[in-house]
Amino acid sequence: MAKERLVLVGNGMAGMRTIEELLQLEPDLYDITVFGAEPHPNYNRILLSPVLSGEKTIDEIMLNTRAWYDEHAITLHTGDPVVDIDRKARVVRSEQGLAVPYDRLILATGSYPFMIPVPGAELPGVMGYRDIADVDAMIATAREHKRAVVIGGGLLGLEAAYGLQQRGMDVTVVHLLDSLMERQLDKPAAALLQASLEQRGLQFLMEAQTAAIEGDGRVERVRFKDGTEVAADLVVMAVGIRPNMALAQRAGLHCERGIVVDDTMLTYDPRIYAIGECVQHRGQCYGLVAPLFEQAKVCANHLARLGYGRYEGSVTSTKLKVTGIDLFSAGNYRGGEACEEILFQDPGAGVYKKLVIQDNRLTGAVLYGDTIDGAWFFQLMREGRDISGIREDLLFGQAHLGDAGHGGQTQAAAMSDDMQVCDCNGVCKGEIVRAITAKGLFTLDDVKAHTKAAASCGSCTGLVEQILANTLGSDYSVPEAKPLCKCTDYTHDQVRAAIRDQHLTSMGDVFQALEWRQPDGCHVCRPALNYYLIATWPNETADDSQSRFINERAHANIQKDGTYSVIPRIFGGETSPAQLRAIAAAAEKYDVRTVKITGGQRIDLLGLTKEQLPHIWKDLTDAGFVSGHAYGKALRTVKTCVGSEWCRFGVQNSTQMGIDLEALTWGSWTPHKFKMAVSGCPRNCAEATIKDFGVVAIESGWELHVGGNGGVKVRATDVLCRVETPEQVKEYCGAFMQVYREEARYLERTAPWVERVGIAYVRKRVVDDEVGRKALYKRFLASQKLAQVDPWKARAAGAEAHEFTPLHEANG
Amino acid sequence: MSAVMAEHTWVDIGPIASIPRLGARVLKRNGVDIAVFRNAEDEVFALLNRCPHKGGPLSEGIVYGRTVACPLHNLCMDLATGQAQAPDEGRAATFAVRIDGDRVLVSMTPV
Repeated sequence: MAKERLVLVGNGMAGMRTIEELLQLEPDLYDITVFGAEPHPNYNRILLSPVLSGEKTIDEIMLNTRAWYDEHAITLHTGDPVVDIDRKARVVRSEQGLAVPYDRLILATGSYPFMIPVPGAELPGVMGYRDIADVDAMIATAREHKRAVVIGGGLLGLEAAYGLQQRGMDVTVVHLLDSLMERQLDKPAAALLQASLEQRGLQFLMEAQTAAIEGDGRVERVRFKDGTEVAADLVVMAVGIRPNMALAQRAGLHCERGIVVDDTMLTYDPRIYAIGECVQHRGQCYGLVAPLFEQAKVCANHLARLGYGRYEGSVTSTKLKVTGIDLFSAGNYRGGEACEEILFQDPGAGVYKKLVIQDNRLTGAVLYGDTIDGAWFFQLMREGRDISGIREDLLFGQAHLGDAGHGGQTQAAAMSDDMQVCDCNGVCKGEIVRAITAKGLFTLDDVKAHTKAAASCGSCTGLVEQILANTLGSDYSVPEAKPLCKCTDYTHDQVRAAIRDQHLTSMGDVFQALEWRQPDGCHVCRPALNYYLIATWPNETADDSQSRFINERAHANIQKDGTYSVIPRIFGGETSPAQLRAIAAAAEKYDVRTVKITGGQRIDLLGLTKEQLPHIWKDLTDAGFVSGHAYGKALRTVKTCVGSEWCRFGVQNSTQMGIDLEALTWGSWTPHKFKMAVSGCPRNCAEATIKDFGVVAIESGWELHVGGNGGVKVRATDVLCRVETPEQVKEYCGAFMQVYREEARYLERTAPWVERVGIAYVRKRVVDDEVGRKALYKRFLASQKLAQVDPWKARAAGAEAHEFTPLHEANG
Repeated sequence: MSAVMAEHTWVDIGPIASIPRLGARVLKRNGVDIAVFRNAEDEVFALLNRCPHKGGPLSEGIVYGRTVACPLHNLCMDLATGQAQAPDEGRAATFAVRIDGDRVLVSMTPV
């Protein structure tokens, strides 16, 4: 059967992003034809201002080369706009007379600059600012002429003015209102901006209403309503954009301010989609690229016949691309009724910050002079996070929230190109910036894939996001909720809810019910699904060993040379001469190359081959050991101090408490690794306040702590509550682990999870709701019955033998 | 026997059931480790058991479709060609595989 024909009208960023998304989902579904009015392949329109100012070349901002279109068998017609759509015959006609039939049509005709209808607006030398041709014309004019007037003191006007000035022109910005960028900035920030631009030599005429543009054969001056004039060789109108919907209107499609679409990006004709700046969705038109990309994803989803993507509107943010001026604005920056404002003003240093808060949530932000926390504020807004707990420090940014490990995240703008960003993979800022511009990257995942920055431990993720935001300016966006992996558009939470609500008990069920794109998933989703299944339905789901990472499949930690390490469990860190002898004997017998005391008070035997594992396990399990699970997203160790048995300060028996907790919890699988510690007094020698679950003995009982982390990003615990008896400690511990097991996302440690849901929520579930706590604890114990089967003993006895033995040659 | 003369030296590694579905086992021969994979469709592939990136044992990776993800740094290798998925680069040597009835035979000569 012949393929369906897909025609894209508009070879710009929104349309081509849709095609790229579609090719990822269904590369062979359509014969694709693209019409573009401009003579170029698809380029990055948001980087036009750096081209104008001479900081980038046109070649540097190309996104898809002609070779790319060829490679994907896409027919491209440039310089040939579509002028007519025959919806009945389903054919588009181009200016040059091409007639191309379609089964599906995408309109991505973008927008055009609004030209103020004053006398003289049609004179040579008067232009808009929208595409490469405009930029070329402006650069050419700057070579021969001196005086430029930019009408419009908004984002685009200021970028144009700055660019023209960099090209050597004297520039006057004319603005109708008394304050610049009034759609993004409040008055104090706008005043700072204007002062700073004036210092750079731009001139401003505020509250000036253009009456006419005059000249003899070419523009010579601009005259205003009050009779004053200003001389001009070039007039750039940047007073706004209008959706380009003439073609759609001629074709009889319903248009208002833009082409009206529903949440699936369909117009009133079910064969015609529209996306990008030409579109009106739920009454909104968008002029920034981030919303367009979200629309593109949804449109591609439907073109690929998946049929479940929905576009529900976007929150947008803005950053002015004028070198040396730091300006950020997002959301409802004006405030208003029922809103509260937090302000910081330091006019001397040129810093102004305003945050708008409504119902304990950040709803808007304006930053001038110090924008390093813009990306973070924007993230808080999109997530709708409750900020009541961090309100006092909010204005001072993420670095002031006491997470020492992430202090570096606020340095992105100030970093030099040769400074290292990703310390795991050795990636410098310059490499990241080059990859973003040269390869047209827009998302964190793109950067990870191309540069490996933030692809290992992830601690530089914030920094990389900042570099993205700084490089792309207004157009960087993080999807609000990321899909679990490339096999699906569903998020972790949605997948998990489906497993629970639809009673899905096998991976095949999940793939089918949620229409997975790959028949057997991928290395990202399978371990997550396996965890969700066994955590949700422990009695009904078979653990799928082929969906576990090698460490969990082989029950040992793989090392860089392909050998393994073995860590036997030593409950509470308390051992005996007999245990040590058994470990020593095993280490000698199997020629263990390194014996190491771990950070969690256990003994690590390194350098074993895979074939040796069942043998050393046999020796160790015969001596009474079980697996230490040091390889798993599971309960790792319970670290203890000696406590009241020996220590002159100890107030409770912390060692026994640790042993009991480890006996209770060993073998349980968790979303990420789970570490505990018990200290015998508030001196806290076992460092319980940086553990997932920490217990600190106090004279009257025990203080319980949760959500700490001592690794990548240091986070001290939140206090959960105080209890009196060891039995209570166990119950609260099991209940806490169970909420975490049931609700956190796979690979989410307790620290970010507690930050995400809030300690108040955790207290509500584990402390305040006694019935709920007991029910959680009961579920935890039920799941432990199945989990506490020692995997080493089973494998020493011959289980999964194929995992540990090489193949043999039958005829060798 | 001269290796130069032989186009293929086929080694019988047993029935297909000896390799776990969506998994792999290792064939060790003359100091060379070859990872033999079996996917969900029961296709069998053989790759040199060394990721071109940092030498990770590919046999220990997660298998899906016609891909294995290296256990060390998640490079995704095409099982049929040995090629790393873009934007990563590199290629692991592949070995021809023949299914003869129930038996799996692997050629000792890299493709």
